[in-house]
Amino acid sequence: MNTVMNTVMNAASLYGLVGAGLFCLGLYALIVHAHLLRKILAINVMGSGVFLVLVALAKRIGGGAPDPVPHAMVITGIVVAVSATALALTLMLKVATATGRAELPDDEGSE
Amino acid sequence: MNWNTWIPLFVVASSLLPGLIIFGLAEDRVRLRVGLNLVGALAKLGLVSWMLLGVYQGEHFEMRLAFLPGLELVLRAGPLSLIFVSLSTVLWLVTTVYAIGYLEGSPHRSRFFGFFSLCVTATVGVALSGNLITFLLFYELLTLSTYPLVVHRGTEEARRAGHVYLVYTVLGGALLLLATVWLYTLTGTLEFTPRGFVHGLEDTHRSALLIIFVLLIAGFGVKAALVPLHGWLPLAMVAPAPVSALLHAVAVVKAGAFGIVRVVYDVFGVESATALGVTGPLAWLAAVTIIYGSLRALFQDDLKRRLAYSTISQVAYITLGVAIAGPLAAIGGVVHLVHQGMMKITLFFCAGNLAETLGIHKISEMNGVGRRMPWTMAAFTVAAFGMIGAPPIAGFVSKWYLGLGALEAGQGWVIFVLAGSSVLNASYFLPILHRAWFREPPDVWPHGHNAGHGISEDLSGKISVNISGDVGGKETTWALLLPPVITALIALAAGVLAAAPFSPLEWAQLIAQREFYQP
Amino acid sequence: MAIMLVDVPWAVVLILLPLAGAMGCVLWPSVTKTLGLMTVFGVALSVAGLGWQLTENGALRYAVGGWGAPLGIDLYADGLSLLMLAMTALVGLGVSGYSIGYFDHKYLLRFWPLWLFLLAALNALFLSADIFNLYVTLELMGLAAVALAALSGGSAALSGAMRYLLSTLLGSLCYLFGVALLYHGFGSVDIAVLAERLEPNATAWAALALMSAGLVLKTALFPLHFWLPPAHASAPAPVSAVLSALVVKASFYILLRLWLEIFAPLGEGVSTLLGLLGAAAVLWGSLQALRQTQVKLMVAYSTVAQVGYLFLAFPLVAATGVTALNAIVYLAFSHALAKAAMFLAAGNLLRFGGHDRIADLDRVVQRLPITLSAFALAGVSIMGLPPSGGFIGKWLLLQSALSQGRWDLVAVVIIGGLLAAAYVFKVLGNAFTQAAVPHTSRAVPACMEWAALLLAIAAIVLGFMASAVLPLVAIGDPFGLLGARP
Repeated sequence: MNTVMNTVMNAASLYGLVGAGLFCLGLYALIVHAHLLRKILAINVMGSGVFLVLVALAKRIGGGAPDPVPHAMVITGIVVAVSATALALTLMLKVATATGRAELPDDEGSE
Repeated sequence: MNWNTWIPLFVVASSLLPGLIIFGLAEDRVRLRVGLNLVGALAKLGLVSWMLLGVYQGEHFEMRLAFLPGLELVLRAGPLSLIFVSLSTVLWLVTTVYAIGYLEGSPHRSRFFGFFSLCVTATVGVALSGNLITFLLFYELLTLSTYPLVVHRGTEEARRAGHVYLVYTVLGGALLLLATVWLYTLTGTLEFTPRGFVHGLEDTHRSALLIIFVLLIAGFGVKAALVPLHGWLPLAMVAPAPVSALLHAVAVVKAGAFGIVRVVYDVFGVESATALGVTGPLAWLAAVTIIYGSLRALFQDDLKRRLAYSTISQVAYITLGVAIAGPLAAIGGVVHLVHQGMMKITLFFCAGNLAETLGIHKISEMNGVGRRMPWTMAAFTVAAFGMIGAPPIAGFVSKWYLGLGALEAGQGWVIFVLAGSSVLNASYFLPILHRAWFREPPDVWPHGHNAGHGISEDLSGKISVNISGDVGGKETTWALLLPPVITALIALAAGVLAAAPFSPLEWAQLIAQREFYQP
Repeated sequence: MAIMLVDVPWAVVLILLPLAGAMGCVLWPSVTKTLGLMTVFGVALSVAGLGWQLTENGALRYAVGGWGAPLGIDLYADGLSLLMLAMTALVGLGVSGYSIGYFDHKYLLRFWPLWLFLLAALNALFLSADIFNLYVTLELMGLAAVALAALSGGSAALSGAMRYLLSTLLGSLCYLFGVALLYHGFGSVDIAVLAERLEPNATAWAALALMSAGLVLKTALFPLHFWLPPAHASAPAPVSAVLSALVVKASFYILLRLWLEIFAPLGEGVSTLLGLLGAAAVLWGSLQALRQTQVKLMVAYSTVAQVGYLFLAFPLVAATGVTALNAIVYLAFSHALAKAAMFLAAGNLLRFGGHDRIADLDRVVQRLPITLSAFALAGVSIMGLPPSGGFIGKWLLLQSALSQGRWDLVAVVIIGGLLAAAYVFKVLGNAFTQAAVPHTSRAVPACMEWAALLLAIAAIVLGFMASAVLPLVAIGDPFGLLGARP
């Protein structure tokens, strides 16, 4: 029984680590890529990473049902992410129409 | 309702409110603007007279307003405040009349008189301040309200002068702020107290107090034009004559000198200052300024510039009087605040008359002008002799007390400085008088008016236009003529009637008594 | 009647009223202006009502819908929130009055709903009692702000808004990550509960790092300020005013709350870092402002510098407590009023002359005396000259720095003030040249000029009201100085 629990808990930590990894990957992509669509995707990947961490952290130590509060946070977060992505995509299209390229102008650099 | 708490505020408001209204007036509302100016000036005069009478009878005028945690804004009418505020009020009235005449027809008069009134508000606020934070507030307000006056004409020269003025005064203000906050963290109070409020800290925080003193003197010294912080003053002569008159006799320069007086008497106190050893260097600095200013004045041909350097020199007398830590010198320094104001404003009014009516800006153009403008030059002569220190004009009284005070305090070298300065003053004033009275006037003045008093037709056939209009057979318009004559008479009276009650000398003696003798 | 008014849940009204107003503006576009203005006035009155409630009853905690934490949403109002709300309401009034004259009908229909949503989000942010609600309101605010920044539709505005959006999303995600860690480590998202439970372990440090990084990005503290000048300068004037005055203050408010209440035990090193970055921001931002040739960019860089002042006080908080915190609060409030006034005045200049190049401003500036006065008075507060709110903040900051012997911070404050004087007078100096009458000009409606002037006057008046405002801030002991938590 204990080994099963340990495995399950390790799985949770694994999810958490993957989530953190996604966060870092997304951050890297956000900084490095110039094309706006890639930047938006990077943000989404980062968001997914954070949500994964939240879900992983919902695991209650000692068994029992997972904690619903982080799940609620994830759902809220997804809603926010969807609206933000919609706004971002629209803006990207407008920028592309106005400047001819879907990239930010180079004056301040990108991050 | 206790009126005594509100009078100081009303005194400040009597120029603030007209000023704010004037900002909104259209250019052509001349009568309303003049009316507002004069009503404000007269109201202020009435209120200040009330306060003078009241304080003489032992009443107390003070207003306190919560400002910062632990600090209040304080307006208080003590003897030193009253000296300065009376000077400001009387001279504001006179300068307003003069400015109305001088600027007749020129652009941006509403803007000018608006900032003019703000400037006087700030000066009166400085005079009535009861603690260092209130002083700082009005002092910075003075900077902000005088800058537009310096650049009023809008020429490149004016803008450059304004730029230099700002650099000096904003830097000075920053130093003052630093010193004030630091002092507050050390002592927990900023109230002006006779004998100062830094007792007991001379041992524990000696270096801090020294630096604070230097910062305060530097901050006030900028406006007081102490060498080497005087650079802005000659450049600021580009402003119209009423501005030069006001800046150099009343507002800016005096506010700086007043600040120095406050620092030595009511912040540090003579005892602490002497214990810290700062009075000696301050006296030296003042002496250097006196001599340097007079020397530079000798070599100026432009009349206003010569007067500017003379101001630098003369205002340092006040600093000198304060730095020689003795009661008689204190009297001399403080009373010179009033006397120098009267005399210098007369000189600037006369310079303005010469420039406005005849187009004269340089001393070399002044030959024989005494015949063309006798009243103006008579006032100029009285004021010039006062500057030199000839009795019975007011300047003599201040120099007398300074000399006596130097002897009393054992600082005999000061006598040499005073004597040397008088000689230099004579060297740069007497030639002007000689030119004006004893040389032949030219055929045509720079503005094209003919020489000779009372002849209105032009022998050379040239008709010229000058800004204040053709004055026909008169010397100049009454608005330009009356003010210098009045101030010259006051300077004369202050000297002749120095022993009378309510004279500036009496008040100065009262102040010295409080600082040095009362327990 | 009076008893009834005190019992109204003003906190809820503050959030619902602008939301309802926004919906109304969308549904009934023909009455947008009237409805919008009435809503903003209603918000201002509600803030007054909340203020009254707080002075009567002390700090207030309200469970929305009757469901308490941890599943429900609590609203919490103390003196600090009240001050932020008052700041928002005042700037909101000024900006709303200004926008009546600024936008033509097409833009007006887009501006009002977005602005009211932003107002709702701001109010909700200042009233939130738990860190997750703060995330939600932060995102709402960010999205509304980005949409507003892109409103004018030009390519500069769109690029600026895009950069702003990406930065704000990055910041929010970092913040959310921190929220997740805090919840996992200490079992609650409520601020009051976390304050009790926090211990300095690895989770707390990681959360602190992430949340601070995200919020610092959103507040545009050097060196993460790169997104601010393009966005604030290319947005329409009333939007720039709101962005500089309110939106950056919101993320700063969250950072302040977190620091004071939750992360207090973790202390010293990070506050020193923040102070250092603040000093760099003051110097760098002021120097950049001085270099600018256009007014709106100059004012935007000035915001970067002024934000630095807010962070300068962080290292002083531990030692001097109230003075440093009062300084921060006063600096934030007066900056909001003065910066809004400055941006509105810049908008007037732009509208009148068609350009905002500083060197060519003299022809424009002399024809707009009210705008010029607004710019001058706002400049007085930004420079920290008396009498103004900025002076009070500067004084308090200097006082706390000097009492701790922090000469480095004192030097930065003094130099920052001198640099501010340099760039303000660069613009004001143009007012006094002998300029010829301008060629083509567009009239500036009176409401635009007066809105700018009234905001600037408010910044000056604030300088005389310290004795009234500071006790209000202390309601509910937001700074945890007395050790009591409601």
